[in-house]
Parts: sequence; structure tokens; C-alpha cells
Amino acid sequence: MSANLSAIFYLISGVLFILALRGLSSPETSRQGNFFGILGMTIAISVTFLSIGSFSSGLTYVLIFLLIGGLIGAFIAYKIPMTAMPELVAGFHSLVGLSAVLVAISAFLNPEAFNLGSSGSIKLASLIEMSIGAAVGAITFSGSIIAFLKLQGIMSGSPITFRGQHLFNALLLISIIVLTYLLCSTQSSNYFWILLVVSFLIGFLLIIPIGGADMPVVISMLNSYSGWAAAGIGFTLENTALIITGALVGSSGAILSYIMCKGMNRSFFNVILGGFGAAEQSTSSQGKEYRPVKSGNAEDAAFLMKNASSVIIVPGYGMAVAQAQHALREMVDTLKKNDIKVTYAIHPVAGRMPGHMNVLLAEANVPYDEVFELEEINNDFANADVAFVIGANDVTNPAAKSDPQSPIYGMPVLDVEKCKSVLFVKRSLSPGYAGIDNDLFYKENTLMLFADAKKMTEDITKNL
Amino acid sequence: MEIDPFIFRLSIFILSIFIGYYVVWSVTPSLHTPLMSVTNAISSVIIVGAIIAGLAGNSDDTFTTSNTLGLLAILLAAVNIFGGFLVTQRMLQMYKKKKKDK
Repeated sequence: MSANLSAIFYLISGVLFILALRGLSSPETSRQGNFFGILGMTIAISVTFLSIGSFSSGLTYVLIFLLIGGLIGAFIAYKIPMTAMPELVAGFHSLVGLSAVLVAISAFLNPEAFNLGSSGSIKLASLIEMSIGAAVGAITFSGSIIAFLKLQGIMSGSPITFRGQHLFNALLLISIIVLTYLLCSTQSSNYFWILLVVSFLIGFLLIIPIGGADMPVVISMLNSYSGWAAAGIGFTLENTALIITGALVGSSGAILSYIMCKGMNRSFFNVILGGFGAAEQSTSSQGKEYRPVKSGNAEDAAFLMKNASSVIIVPGYGMAVAQAQHALREMVDTLKKNDIKVTYAIHPVAGRMPGHMNVLLAEANVPYDEVFELEEINNDFANADVAFVIGANDVTNPAAKSDPQSPIYGMPVLDVEKCKSVLFVKRSLSPGYAGIDNDLFYKENTLMLFADAKKMTEDITKNL
Repeated sequence: MEIDPFIFRLSIFILSIFIGYYVVWSVTPSLHTPLMSVTNAISSVIIVGAIIAGLAGNSDDTFTTSNTLGLLAILLAAVNIFGGFLVTQRMLQMYKKKKKDK
């Protein structure tokens, strides 16, 4: 196949990828969008095989590796529980990063195959593009591994900081530029290897100071990086599909990071520089006086809800941990049978990744037109009878509106306290991930339900 | 004077960033998780580079370092492609509207 023809096919698959993202503008068109994505990928892969034309004996191995990888991927996709999506996505990001690194190394060792000049005298532009792709890929890889370990709970979610961290990171970043310059001027492979090692180190150091509650930002950011890495490699390989995709994914991740940061009212740099949870815990534990709370049991909760005419459910990460989404939907079904209006309110940063709660509710067969975003539903709390907060905490904290001293001051929160009564399912009075006490616990109209989210929801259903 | 092909690629890149910007803003927030998994799947189009690397050389020696790295990259990217698209499919299948007969 001629180079021009294959370039046109790569362009087509790039366009199909754009349509794949476009499809996600509504659930109805989303499945079609995903199909476009698969089609685009199939075209890109087929064209690559056809454009190589003369096959070496390596072809069999290529197909075998493709098949093995595909089977592993398919297996994971069917087995993974929906609650583990954040870990899965972080894990997948690391794979994109690592394959970008591998392709870059391979191109560096064998530039003839990629039409980039010959070993030792690689074209300058290609060398720069290759270094960028490899460096960003390596950062994505090690960063995603750390994010994965933190999400899995293998590594503690609390931020790890040390003195001079920011200065050290800045020096490492500068050294990347210096190394790229040295690599280009000397063509020495040693600089290439050092560049890779430094990049792996940066990815690692960049993510360890970021706390568990900021994971939605981290995942989005790594999503963005994996895109830029792909684009860098795309420039090296002069491949339009890769360049388009890299740009799409890069900007997509950047927008998601922005939305997540806005959901927490924090600047991107504030999150990246990290150390949120650790810094606040010391201050909040000092001035804490004992305050009485009203606690109740499942019967009280069932009584309140039975006599309500509208209920708003506020799910959070705790619901995911307790796997309570199915029990929750059963409770809602029972409520609906009693002619009670039920809606769901979702905060942008509820859960550990963007849209995490929506997927869990969808898994439990909750129709998506009963689920509302913060801006859509926030005015309804004043007219609702009961707010049922399950596994959420910081996103309901009224201190974000009233207390300028609070570290979350200014963060948009759900106006749960405006409801006639608030039911708060929680295991204990311990503060949430941000380490801040929630005033809502001590309000007159709040009833605390101390129990596991799933068990409590089931008990309420029995009492309805 | 002729324009360097690099400039063309740069133009495509910059314009795609803008397309991405507008397309992603129109994605409904409830589908942000599928958005992440599908962007993840499509960024694995890097497999194109991996295939070239895996088949490079045309010699009888199939396992040069460069080829082996390519094969490894194919494996990783394939996990991502199949895993990413299938898990997206699985998620999107779950998004249902309220039943009308209620």
C-alpha cells in the first residue's frame, strides 16, 4: 500500500476516534460512539500490516502477542467489578505509558525501520520528538503505577512528602531538558538511558505526595499525559492517527482535571504540589470539643422516609467501598412503590474518578434520568423532605460555605442541610478524606445512622 | 520555499487539540468514567508503532532487541485496546432510561 493511501486511512481512523468521543455526549449515542472507536482501531491496525507489505518471520509472533494481549484484556474487562474502575483505568494508563517507552526505545535502537535516519545519526527533529514521547511515557508509567497502588490500598493513600521535594522535582525537570539537548548534540545512547531513568523517577515523585482524596485529579492528569506521550510518538512515526488521538486524549484528560479541580475549588498546582490531607489533620484535631449528635437506627430512618414525599440520595465513595449500590436501589424501589419521589444527587468529585458514582448507579439499574449533577439539583434540597447521605462526607460539609478558615472553604457543596431532615449513613464520626469535621453531623435535623452502608440500607428496606 | 512536513503534522496536532477541547466539553458528566476508559483504549493506537517495531528488520533474526521491545509493546497495547473497548462497552450497556410502562 502506498504511503499516501495509508496516510489517508490513518486520517480516517483519527476521524472515527473523534466521533467515538462525540458519541459520549449522551448515553443514547454512546454505544454507537464506542463502535466507531473500535472501527477506527481496526482500520489503523490493518493499514499498518498492509503498508509493511513484505513480512518477515516476525509476523507470526506479532499476531501471537496481539492475541495474547487481547485475551488478557478481554478477560480483565469482563471480570473487573465496577467499583474497581479507578484502579483499572490507572493500570491501563501505565500500559500506554510503558508501550510508548518501548516503541521509543525500539525506534532509537533501530531508526532505519522507522525511516528516521541511521543509528548514531538520527534526524534531529525525530530525536527531539522521540525524547519527548519517551519521557512523557515514562512519567505516565511510573505515575500510574503509584496511583494504582494507592487506589488498591497496597500503598497508603496518605501523602508522602519530604523536605526540598519541590526543588528536587524542579531540578529533575530541568535535567530532562538538559539531557535532551545533550542527546541531540552527541547522539550518545547513554543520555537516552539516563533520560528514561530520570523520567521514571519524576513520575514516581510526582504522585507520591498526592493524597487519596485527590485521586480524581491524578487519574485525569495521567490520562492527559498518556495522550501527550502518544502524540510525541506519533510525531516520531509521522503517523496522523497517533497525532490526532494523542491530542484528543491529552486535551480530554486536561479538561477532566480542570473539572475535578473546580469541583474541589483548588488550583491544579495546589493539587499537584500535594500534601493536602496531612497538613490539615493536625489543626483539625486540636480545637475539637465534644458535641452531641443524634443517632438512630434503621426503624427511625424507615419511619422518616415513609412519611416523606420526596427523598434525595447523595452517594459517595463509602457506597462503593461497601458495595451498597444494589441494596440502595432496592430501598429506592420500595420507596417508589409508596409513591415517594426519589432522585440522586452526584457531586463532581464523589468517588475516586470522574463519573465513578454514575457508573455504579447504572450498574445497579438506576435509570440515568433519575441521576442529577450538583448544579441541576442543588436548589431542590430546600423542597425535599429527606436527604439520604450514603458514604459521602466532605461534599456535603456546610463549612465550605460558611467557614473561611476551613481548608475546603469555597468548594461547591450539596446543600443537604436545607432538607427537612438529613439521614447520614456512616460508620463512625471520623472525618472524611480531607480530615475535616463535618458540622452537618451536629445539626438539629440530622440523624446519624452508624453502620455499614450496605447493611443499614438493607435494614431500612426491611422496615419500610 | 517548500514547507516542512513537520509543519503539516503540527497543524493537525494543534487543530486536534481544539477539536478535543470542544468535543470533550460536550460529554455529559455522567459518562466521564466511560470517557476515560475509551480515551485510554484509543490512545493504544500506539500499537501501530509497536507493530512496525516488531516487524522491523526483515532479517532472519526475529528477536533483535528492537523487535523484542516491539513485541512487548504490542502485548501491552493489545491488553489496553481489548480491555479498554470492552469495559467501555460493558459500562455503556448499563446506562438505561426509565422504563416507560411505569
